This record gives sequence, structure tokens and C-alpha cells, in this order.
Amino acid sequence: MMKTFACVILGFWLVATLAGYFFAHDANAIDLNLVLHSPSLRHWFGADELGRDILARVLTGVKISALVALVVTAITMVMGVLVGMLAGFYGGKVDAFLMQITDVFLAFPGILLAIAFAAVLGPGIGNLILALSLTGWVSYARLTRGQTMSLRSRQHVQAAQSLGAGVPRLLFKHILPLMTSILVVEAAYSLASVMIAEASLSFLGLGIQAPHASWGAMLRDGVRFMLVAPHYVLIVGLCLMSLILAINLGGDYLRDKLDVRRDME
Amino acid sequence: MMFLLRRLTSFFTVIFGVLLLTFLLIHLVPGDPVEVMLGESASSADRESLRAELGLNQPLIQQFGSYLHKLAHADFGQSIHTKTPIVELFKSRYPATLKLALLALIIGLLVGIPLGIYSALKASRWQDILVTIISVRLSAMPAFWLGPVLMLIFAVWLGWLPVSGMESGTSIILPALTLGFGLSAILTRMTRTSLLEVLNDDYIRTARAKGLPERVVILRHAMRAALLPIITIVGLQMGSLLAGAVITETIFSWDGIGRLLVESIEKRDYPVTQACVLVVALSYVMVNLLTDIVYKLADPRVRQA
Repeated sequence: MMKTFACVILGFWLVATLAGYFFAHDANAIDLNLVLHSPSLRHWFGADELGRDILARVLTGVKISALVALVVTAITMVMGVLVGMLAGFYGGKVDAFLMQITDVFLAFPGILLAIAFAAVLGPGIGNLILALSLTGWVSYARLTRGQTMSLRSRQHVQAAQSLGAGVPRLLFKHILPLMTSILVVEAAYSLASVMIAEASLSFLGLGIQAPHASWGAMLRDGVRFMLVAPHYVLIVGLCLMSLILAINLGGDYLRDKLDVRRDME
Repeated sequence: MMFLLRRLTSFFTVIFGVLLLTFLLIHLVPGDPVEVMLGESASSADRESLRAELGLNQPLIQQFGSYLHKLAHADFGQSIHTKTPIVELFKSRYPATLKLALLALIIGLLVGIPLGIYSALKASRWQDILVTIISVRLSAMPAFWLGPVLMLIFAVWLGWLPVSGMESGTSIILPALTLGFGLSAILTRMTRTSLLEVLNDDYIRTARAKGLPERVVILRHAMRAALLPIITIVGLQMGSLLAGAVITETIFSWDGIGRLLVESIEKRDYPVTQACVLVVALSYVMVNLLTDIVYKLADPRVRQA
């Protein structure tokens, strides 16, 4: 049931985003007659404080959000996997050194470090991606390290090693492929958490900047105008929540399907 | 003893790393940090005096040294705009955040653990499924969505609680609920899983066979073992509470460290930003150390090892 639900929501967002290219109003078109207008037949989600169509902005926002989430997930995965494999494979001093660095990053709770980086780097999509990438690789590093440590003593790895395979070959040909499913599951969850982190930063004014639409920034404006136009914050929040929920359920589905044991964090 | 020693060594290296990273923050500012902070209209005399005050004209190693030296004397520097010592700001802001986080923790525990037990006892029945669906939903709700919703319902529509600020004693309720609900959702799921794992153990069957009342079996026998993973989760979640406080405090205009951080970012008051990040991270590291120690004390298997 959960699976169908997740598919329906994800499918919905996919179709809606594609449809947005053809049908929606211009996301940046200002119509001062519509300022904070409630939902109507012409504007299903109502209008924001500048009379812009909220539906159109939600659909543009999801595209930017998804793009940021995909790019950040890709970068952090590559960084984290490299660090984790080196630490797990070499062990000893290399491992101690690399894990000490990861521990320092883990000492900053949640998105605090991303907030700090985004604050000093300044706003903008590029810096947002940089801030989230600098802090997001840690979970992959820990996961990969543990996996590598247990996989490197497998017989096929030792056989390859005694046949003279070099370290890169061992890591990428013999160890990495066995971690694919666990990494895919981790990536699915991290998509959702990067989206939340991106929305949080944009909510604080540190992420995507006007006039680009962003769910976090829309939520902040929605809170500002909550007393006169409660539909604004409610609708944008519901959109964000449904998408996050669907991605997480999708992650659960992948985890069960690929039979990956993932400890609760 | 060995455990404590090892744990403390790693504690101090992590602290050192945290100090180094927060110190370097200000050097990540693209271009000249002094110009970014003061704006382009500042006179060159002002710039030079700020540069000297922050020690930015010294070699990096020396800067780090004097940074550590000042911190050791509880000197976090001062705000570049109001010239207030940052320690003074913390004196009112830190307790406010602590109060909020503690109340949220209490709410999380009071809601999460009983719901988790209930859910585990009714495993796979509709009550369990309902609780699971609700807690999955709640944990998908970030603070910047749950907060406004609670605010709309309880402050705007029902008018029971103040919308924001911290003037009245009831002001803390909505921000604490916002933070606490997310935590309770996680605790519910964790309690359920860890209790279910224990419930199939032999000693529980023995306790039941002895004819002990179900209440005693669950609370005395099963929960004692199931609590261990919960302690770890609570420790880890304190971090999310501290980080979540940044957004929750902003929404509800709660004058804690989180709001101070956001305000300092908006004003480009980087020394304050740096100090806030440092203090939150240090608090989190301390909580983690305590959690680890409590965990070892609570688990006889680990205590002996």
C-alpha cells in the first residue's frame, strides 16, 4: 500500500513538473490585482504577495530543488565513498586520520555546519550546493568505511590481490560493486534530507534567491503573510511534505527490495 | 577505565577539530571579510581598526593561537556592530535555547515512549499501523512546516496561545511542541522496534510463565533492555533539537542562540556567527560524551567489557 502511495505521489510530481512546462502561468508574472488571493479556478493554489501564481512557483521550485538535491547527492556520494573506501581499505593511521576528520564534521549537529558555510560563502545556488556538499559526504564515508572493512577480507578480494591487482582495481572492481545496493538506498534517503536542508537554508534566506522560486523561501513568505493568507504557507508546506514523504517511502521500498539492513539514525 | 580514557582522547581531538573549523569559517568569506562585514561605504580607518581587532593582519597560525587563548579566558570577542561582548549575549540567549530544548525533549519522551510501547504491544494490528503512519508523517514534517501549522491552529484560529515572542509564560509551548513532535515520532518508531526485538527473548517468556502481570513484564523486564538503544537515539537527537532550534526560534521569535545565529548572519556580524556555531557544536559534543558514558553505565554487558 505504502509503495503504491509513494509511486502515486512521485508520479504526480513528475507529471506536474512536466506539465508545468506547457500549461502553467509564468512563475514570475506579477499581477497586483491578485495579491495574496485565495485559491480559485484560474489559480488553483492562489497567489502570493506579489500576485504571482503559487502553483506555477511551486512547480518551478520543485525543479530547482530536485536539481540541487541530485547534484549534491552525486557530489557527496563520490566524496564520501572515496574517503570511506580509503579509510576502510588501508586501516591503521590512514583510517584514524580520516575518521578523525569525519568525527569533527559530525560534531556539528544537523544542518548547522551547512548554515555556517552558506552564511560565510554568501547566497546563491552555487554556494548552496557547495555548502551542502561540504557537509553531506560524512554519512557516506562512515557507511562505505564499514562496508569496505568487512568486504576487503572476502576471498575474491584476497584472490585478486594475490594475483597482483592494484589498489584502484581492488576498490573499484571488487569492492565497490558489492556496495551498490546499500549506496542506492542511502542515496534515496539522502535526496529527501538534502531537499529538507535546501528548503531550510532557503527558509533562512541563505539558499536560492529571488526571483527564483524556492519552496523554502516561499514558506518564509507564507509565514510572514500567515494571518491574511493562510493558504500560502499551508499549500507550499503540504507540497513539500508529500514529496519528502514519498521519497522516504520510496527509500523504504528500495531497502526492502534490495534487502539492505540500515540502522536507524 | 580504558573506555573512558579512549573516549576522552577522541573527545579532545574532536573539540580541537571543531575549534579549527569554526576558526577557519571567517577565512572562507570570498574576498575581504572586513569589506563584506562593514560594507563598501566604510572608511579605510574603520576597516583597518576592525582588521586589527579581529587580528586578521597577523599570520594564520598566530591568529589561531590568539583565538584559542581568548576562548580559554571565555572571551568570544564582540559584536562588530553593537560592540557588545558576545559572552553577554550568550548569558540571556543560551538559557532560552536550553529551556526550549529540554521541554521539547520531555514532550518527545512523554509522547514517544508510551506510543512506541503501545504500538509494539499491538504489533501489526490496526492501532500499530495507525501509530506508524502518524509517526512516519510527523517525522517527515520539518519544523518550518509544523511550526506555522501549529501557530495557525492554536494561536491564530483558536487563540489559546501567543503567536510568537517570549513575553508570556505560555509562549514556550508552541515552539517546544514543534521541536518535540518531530522527536516523539522518531522515539515512537525506535521504542517500537527495540521493544519488539526484546519481546521474543527467552527471559520474557520466563517472566510470563512465572505468572507476572503483563505490566511488570513489559515495564520492568522488557523496557529495561529496550531502553538502551533509546538512550543513544535521545543523545543523537539532542543535536537535531539544537539545530532545529535555529529554525523554530526564527519562526516563533524565541530569543535563543538559534535566532542570534540567524540575526548575526543577516547583519554579517561574523564574530557572533562564529561564536554561535562553536557554542552549539560544543554543546552537542558534550551531550554525546555524556550519552556514551550513561550508555556504558546502563548496560552491564558493556560495563564489564
